[in-house]
Formats: sequence, C-alpha cells, structure tokens
Amino acid sequence: MIERIECLRAIYPSLDDCLVITIMGAVACELQSLGHRPNFFYLQHAMGLASSTGLGLALCLPDRKVVVFDGDGSVLMNLGGLSTLARYRPANLVHVIFDNETLLSVGGFPTATATGADLEGIARAAGIPQTATVRTLEEFTAAFGAAMATDELSCMVAKVAPVGPKAYVTGLVLLENRFQFQRHIENLRVKQAK
Amino acid sequence: MPVSQANSRAVYAALKSCGIRLLSALPETWLVHLIRMAEDDPEMTLVRLAKEEEGVGISAGAHFAGVKSAMLMQNHGFLASINGIVSFAQLYRIPLLMIVSYRGHFGERDPWQTQGGAVTEPLLRALGIPYAFLDDPEKVAQRIAEAQTWAYASLHPAALLLTRQLMWEEPAP
Repeated sequence: MIERIECLRAIYPSLDDCLVITIMGAVACELQSLGHRPNFFYLQHAMGLASSTGLGLALCLPDRKVVVFDGDGSVLMNLGGLSTLARYRPANLVHVIFDNETLLSVGGFPTATATGADLEGIARAAGIPQTATVRTLEEFTAAFGAAMATDELSCMVAKVAPVGPKAYVTGLVLLENRFQFQRHIENLRVKQAK
Repeated sequence: MPVSQANSRAVYAALKSCGIRLLSALPETWLVHLIRMAEDDPEMTLVRLAKEEEGVGISAGAHFAGVKSAMLMQNHGFLASINGIVSFAQLYRIPLLMIVSYRGHFGERDPWQTQGGAVTEPLLRALGIPYAFLDDPEKVAQRIAEAQTWAYASLHPAALLLTRQLMWEEPAP
C-alpha cells in the first residue's frame, strides 16, 4: 500500500503555482516536512471545511488552480459539501482525498470507508464530473497530473496506508501561516493587475 | 408570504453598499426575498449550501482571496455552524459576517423554532461574538456597516440578528 507522504513528495514540485489547502493532522505535518511554502494553508481544525475553503477560494480566484488535500475522516464530516462542490463545479479546483480508512491521529479507529463507504462513488453520485480512485504511486501521479490539466472539477481518492508522523504539532504558528497565505494571494493579485 | 420585501431590500442594499460580493445561504422563510435578490444580481456570487457550516469555510476562502462576503442563515444554521465558527473563524481570525434570522423568539408561532430562539443570544454571548439587532429599516444600513467595520478591525466574527419586527409583516386578521 502506498504512503501519503510518497504521494505528496511525487507531486510537490507541481504545487508551485497553485493555492493549496490541507486538513489537519498527518497531511499538514507531512506537507510541511517536505517544505512549507507561502501558497500552502493548513486548516488545523474545523474538520470537513477544507473543501469548502477551497470552494470559496476557487470561486473568487477563477484563474488560479486550487488544490485541496483532504482525508476520509474529514470528508465524512461534510459529505454535503461534495454536493455543494458539484453544484458550482469550479473548473480550477482539484480535490484530493487521502483515504487511510482510519482516524489516524486519534488512535487509528476505523472510519466508515473501512467498512465499505466509497468516497469516489459518493463524489461521483454527488455530481462531481471527474473522479478517480488510485492505489499506486504511478496511478496517483498520473491522476493528479490529469486533474491539474483538466478544465473540470475533479475529485480523486487515494487509498493510502494508515501511517503518519510521530507528532502533529509543527513549528509553524497557525496565524503566521494564515496571514502569510493571505498576503501571498494579495501579492499575486497585485502582480496580475500590473 | 408576509415576509417584508421592502425591509429585505433594505438589508440587501446595505450588504451591497458594504462591498459584499459573495453570499452563502441556506433557505429559510425570512430569507426568501434576500436569496432571490442575490440570485437576480449579476454582481453577487450566491453559494447555496447543504449545511450552514460550509459557509464558514467558503467565507474564509473568499476572505483569503480578498472578497467580502456574508453568511445568510437561520439561527438554527448558526447552531449548526458553531464548530466551524470556533475552530476556523475564531481560531484563524476570520472577519465572518453572519446575518442570522432570529426565529423562535417572542411572537413565534412555530413550536419547532422556539428552543433555538431561546438559546441564540446566550450562545452568541458564550462564544464572545458581538451582535446587534436589525429591527428598524432606518438603521439597517448603519448597523450592518458598523458590524462589518468591527469584524474587519478585530478580525473576528460578528452577527446581526434579523428580527421579527423587521422581517415579518403579520397579515391582518
């Protein structure tokens, strides 16, 4: 089974020009361990709202690719959000769900995807036009590349191993990250206006 | 439907003049005219939600993108959004402007609204969210502008309660 950090490492160089939102826990930690950038925002709570944040960004900045790194536990807390994403179908939004079938950071208890809930199926049935489930690094990289290239809302579910970092608190202060991210977007807008 | 069109228009005009260009909403009786106005307004991005809490994320994303927004919801939607308000808007200092229809308070005939009506203000106070009432059409524009000014100055959520006096025109018996 592939590990989430391998997936992140494989696509890390292609995250330069987009805006990235992650959920809390292992995803935030692992992406930071590869190297924080000002275009990354880690939503270190409010489970379920990373995709809604991505939607708000994508609707307001239609010329900028927005990538959301989500997880099964978070998505299951806001399944209705998939129907909202599908309703507006921002062409510039790529929704990646790392599905390790557990709530890893709080004891590894199984989520409903462990007993058969199919997040790609739910996303497709919600009306998201491009969906995929991937299980190998090659599939992941190819699907992510296709999602970044396409002009349609996409949602890909990556089945990953339930492993993560040893600790979850990083050196990056939440508010520092938040204001840096907002400033980064402001600078992009100023540059674009010139 | 005895929801005041004139006063809904006053609220909508005030939101527009505050520069709000994105509204997230989930329908409720008192909000029908406001949602229709947003629908018909090419300058407004209306995001229809499945559940109100999504609106916290959407407004935060809009704020990061430099777009002014507000959430239009019933007070039960506010109740449903509390985790997002606390663990996103308050944790990350998002100037979230919430326009909340204050159902279930005195004058309410729908039994199902009454419990939410009774806890709305105590919850806003417990969360440390300042609020004001929209009850007088003459003062709507000023109250909304002031709430938004405060939200941006403090980088904190603020709430405006749409009251029965403003929104509901009791039909003649």
